[in-house]
Amino acid sequence: MTAIYGLFDKPDAAQRAYTGLKRAGVASADITVVSGEPFEAFEFSHRDHSLILFRLALVGGIIGFVSAVLLTRGTELAWPLVTGGMPIVAWWPNLVIIFEMTMLGAIVTTVISLLITSKLPSFRQTLYDPAVSDGKILVGVPLGGGRSEESVREALQAGAPSAVKTAQL
Amino acid sequence: MNDYAITLTDDLLRPLIKTSWRFWTLAILLFGVVSLGIGAFAYQVHYGIGVWGLNSPVFWAFDITNFVFWIGISHAGTLISAILRLVNAEWRRPVTRCAEVITVFALMIGAMFPIVHLGRPWLFFWLMPYPSERLIWPNFRSPLVWDFFAISTYLTGSSLFLYLPTIPDFALVRDKTTGWRRKFYGALALGWTGTTKQWHRLESAMQIMAIAIVPVAVSVHTIVSFDFSMAPVPMWHSTIFGPYFVAGAIFSGIAALIIAMAALRKFLHLEKYLHPVHFENLGKLLLMMSLLWGYFVFAERLTTWYGNGPSEMTVFWQTQRQSFAPLYWTMVVVNFVLPVTILSFRKLRTITGCVIASFGVVLGMWLERFLIIVPTLSHKYLSYSWGSYRPRTPEILLLVATFGAMVLFYVLFSKLVPIISIWEMKIGQHPQLAHEQMSRDEAATMWRTQP
Repeated sequence: MTAIYGLFDKPDAAQRAYTGLKRAGVASADITVVSGEPFEAFEFSHRDHSLILFRLALVGGIIGFVSAVLLTRGTELAWPLVTGGMPIVAWWPNLVIIFEMTMLGAIVTTVISLLITSKLPSFRQTLYDPAVSDGKILVGVPLGGGRSEESVREALQAGAPSAVKTAQL
Repeated sequence: MNDYAITLTDDLLRPLIKTSWRFWTLAILLFGVVSLGIGAFAYQVHYGIGVWGLNSPVFWAFDITNFVFWIGISHAGTLISAILRLVNAEWRRPVTRCAEVITVFALMIGAMFPIVHLGRPWLFFWLMPYPSERLIWPNFRSPLVWDFFAISTYLTGSSLFLYLPTIPDFALVRDKTTGWRRKFYGALALGWTGTTKQWHRLESAMQIMAIAIVPVAVSVHTIVSFDFSMAPVPMWHSTIFGPYFVAGAIFSGIAALIIAMAALRKFLHLEKYLHPVHFENLGKLLLMMSLLWGYFVFAERLTTWYGNGPSEMTVFWQTQRQSFAPLYWTMVVVNFVLPVTILSFRKLRTITGCVIASFGVVLGMWLERFLIIVPTLSHKYLSYSWGSYRPRTPEILLLVATFGAMVLFYVLFSKLVPIISIWEMKIGQHPQLAHEQMSRDEAATMWRTQP
């Protein structure tokens, strides 16, 4: 697949190109914006906002909680040793383990969710230019879906790019 | 890229690319110090734990002191970094990674000591809950097992908390280098490109991790304090121990962070990024923690003295007036008198002043851990069981080696990874947004009308 992208010096220039692409009929999901730092103040950064990570962290916490309850209670019932006059299933000390495993579940799930939703690790060819590490902002679109190269180039010009390039993905 | 970003990138990548003879000299010297500790450990493994000064009734001494001390130092990083991230303190940007690294290495060193202390360290895995051939699982009612869970959770969380925001910087180094470095950093960057989705997910993940890691950090040192306070032993069986240990851990952690930052500033020439204001702010935090530490010590001592229990008073007077008094009063001076004197005055709250106070606090907090453990164990309830303790060479070498290991790990890390988060520093240079200014104006109005 062929993609075409522009490199911009400033985020407001990238924003103009992004808006130009949208006006040219390119769907927001088809536009790739790559930068060396996040630009939260610009519209192009806001389209991927979602609460999925928070929700998945909660699920991870619940899994950790249930696992800890099963581990502690199950162990104590399987080996019913009286310790220090405590009941066989001693909830106060078990709470320590339950708390730690709940938090561990939330933390590990957050990281796994981050990797999966960000498609990391990824070693296949994606729309990228090492100039991003020099502070450039890449705004690009894959060709196809009825889009002509000329219309995309014209839309990218709205942000006065320092370069427009094509890439094979 | 503007001039600031170019200089920033060059300054922070320089230590990764250029290696001076000073680095090798320091690394070899530190490796020598660590080797002494490894030798002492090998000697102990070969001849048994009897080569230490431990004997009845003092079965915990230097090793458990080191354990509590290093776990305390680990509170410098992730906890402080997480709190500063959550409150969105702008001055945190150059500080967070320096701090998070301390956590990971201090935890690794601290967590090693219960294993060293086992005497048969090769059987340490008996602490882990796995279906063993012995058909006995660890007893979850034991505070030592709680330690295992707390420390492993904190170490896992802290390592990930350190690694995640480093990924974009690894990608930057990948693009700026060639040869083996490009491959090495490319692997660490996991194919990061910096799409808007990746940035958003990373920032969300860091926020969740920051929320999760704060209670975990608090729980870790509370649980370390439970190793002592769950036992009906004089001066240990106290409800104040949890918060007292947490406060002490944060106190020593901030001191370690100040020392590390001052060293980085000096040796890596990071004066442009680690400003006096960072030390000023951390100095204020250190002052607050010193006052809090003094408050806890006062509350603990007054309660013991007022209760006047014979066994507790025996330990009390050991530290106040008798054989442990020189160490005790040294601790009070370096943990309270010195930092409060230096850090209360703005003129003295300079980088040098903060570093002097911090060295005092690190020494004082090690002494505090020692004074919690040894005077109590050597003077438990029955006077015929009293004893004494004097450290021997292997224990002293192990202690020295831990400091060497900490510095060595830190030096190696700062050689391999940008010690200041480059992308976070760049965000700090973004112009203030109009809506942020409006929110501040609104907040100011609210405070005027609804104080």
